[in-house]
Amino acid sequence: MHRYDICVIGGGPAGLSAAKAAGNAGAKVLLIDENDRLGGQLIKQTHMFFGSEKQQAGTRGIDISSQLVDAIGRMPNVEVYLECAALGLYDDKVLTMLHKKRYEKIVATKFIVATGASERMLAFVGNDLPGVYGAGAVQTLMNVYGVSPGARVLMIGAGNIGLIVSYQLLQAGVNVVAILEASPHIGGYLVHAAKVRRAGVPILTSHTIKEAYGARAVEGATICELDEKWQVRPGSERKIAVDVVCLAVGLSPLTDLLWQADCRMIHVTELGGHVAWRDANLCTSQGHIYIAGDVAGVEEASSAMVEGELAGLAAAKELGLATPALELGLSEAREQLRALRSGPVGDKIRTGLALAQSGEVFGIA
Amino acid sequence: MLKKTGVPSSEELAPAYPPEERMKQGAVAIIECFQNIPCNPCATSCPRGAIQAFDDINDLPKFDPALCNGCAICVANCPGLAIFVVDEAYSEAESLVKLPHEFVPLPKAGDEVVVYNRAGEEIGQGKVLRVQNPASFDRTAVVHLVVPRAYARDVRFLSVGVGARDENH
Amino acid sequence: MGGKVVRIKEHPILKFDRGKELAFFFDGRELLGHEGETIAAALHAAGVRELSTSAVLHRPRGFFCAIGTCSSCLMVVNGVPNVRVCVERLAAGMIVETQQGRGDLGASV
Repeated sequence: MHRYDICVIGGGPAGLSAAKAAGNAGAKVLLIDENDRLGGQLIKQTHMFFGSEKQQAGTRGIDISSQLVDAIGRMPNVEVYLECAALGLYDDKVLTMLHKKRYEKIVATKFIVATGASERMLAFVGNDLPGVYGAGAVQTLMNVYGVSPGARVLMIGAGNIGLIVSYQLLQAGVNVVAILEASPHIGGYLVHAAKVRRAGVPILTSHTIKEAYGARAVEGATICELDEKWQVRPGSERKIAVDVVCLAVGLSPLTDLLWQADCRMIHVTELGGHVAWRDANLCTSQGHIYIAGDVAGVEEASSAMVEGELAGLAAAKELGLATPALELGLSEAREQLRALRSGPVGDKIRTGLALAQSGEVFGIA
Repeated sequence: MLKKTGVPSSEELAPAYPPEERMKQGAVAIIECFQNIPCNPCATSCPRGAIQAFDDINDLPKFDPALCNGCAICVANCPGLAIFVVDEAYSEAESLVKLPHEFVPLPKAGDEVVVYNRAGEEIGQGKVLRVQNPASFDRTAVVHLVVPRAYARDVRFLSVGVGARDENH
Repeated sequence: MGGKVVRIKEHPILKFDRGKELAFFFDGRELLGHEGETIAAALHAAGVRELSTSAVLHRPRGFFCAIGTCSSCLMVVNGVPNVRVCVERLAAGMIVETQQGRGDLGASV
């Protein structure tokens, strides 16, 4: 069985940053990802990122991905397994995996779980019809394969993902007929909303979808208005002709491995659902398991990258690799996270993190 | 109202406009950024220090129009595409507006284009004077549009020819 | 109306490096796709959105998550059922068939 200092599970923004930081600190690292290429959701992000220059604000997500992947590629102490899905993580620090269809095992002193999050479904009649797609799926089709998802899209959800993917659909030459948002306000950044409004896409708040219909695939949708109590306003239903219904209704952390590894889990609505309890170093109740990125709480790519760095450095420090440079890196990462989360759009995350790090819930000091 | 519709009201927009005397002097950036989000490329990209370096990246940009010459580097660097340049000294009847544009086909100098306001409503036509699209702008082109003076503060989008927009909602 | 599903030719940000063109079969029809793309992407580009039918009510099913986790896109490929075509790469001469309900594992023996 191969042995590593640190095994990072998941090669998206958080995992790549964790592997890079741990590698720079001198650890022997294995980075695994179930896809046949690294980058996670970054490979579809054609828009310029926010944050500060420390998180490469202004650079397009796709280019940040290439930079991170190239950096990893130049590190001889960081090994990468692609087409490698983690199966089980055990107390004796063995990780079992399916690597290019073969069952393999490795041992590592520390693990960083950076498995991200998956799209939520919405219940409505006809939600299983071909043509009802998750927002990430629409991005994959357009931005990775250059295939247009359809001609007329109804976007459900005006959070950042719904707004950004709508803009990307316009860039791909696809008509976005409307963006529906069930709540009375737009949830995503208002600059994203402004970009699509001036391009002619209506944003209908207090609206939702009742039904998607069509013979063998989506041909139209029935939308309706909601009142202050989130109930359908009678008589507000109307039909619109669309061939794609795109769901951007939130993400849920992909925490299977953490449950299986017996980490203490806590339900935190503000973070997207069940997440692992963690300390200030992103270490879970299992001392050999760290978390980073959306699996630790659904947030943004910029904070995912910094969390990855924090976890990578913290794990390396536990291995005895602490140096003044590493300590500086740790405090830098903490400060960047604080800055990213200190504004009003960070309120929800700060509330959620306070719960996820709380000692009271399980009587942990 | 911005938070409900994505379109700022005139009250919400007002702080973005430099004083009238400065507007009369010529090209200046109009920074339509009204929400405290963690973001600072406008300040780091401005070569003249017209947008102050951020103490807290969640702050709104602090802009000194006296230091601005309307170069539009910030227009291409704002991840939210929320900055525009308006030059109301261009001519008696016309103003020049510089808009970020990330769509194909890109217009060319001399093209007549349809122009729209913040709500996506068609308000008239404009003529493309020039398209700035250097490598340093990383695929965010800046289109210089000549429009009737009355539209300059409303024009925020353009489209090139047929098929760029579908009006049949 | 009806969606016209096409390959994007020009894009303001991206350049699509499509691999060489290759032929494959879908329910007896010959279609063209590109090396390096997934079966689902190639089918979508050819206008095929219905990939399988559901096990009990025989409802049409297609693509949903695109990352191999939702089980909506399972098809029979070269006689092997339950292939997640959203992550499986296209190969020349592949025989892809709409999967009706649960995959028949007997067919692969």
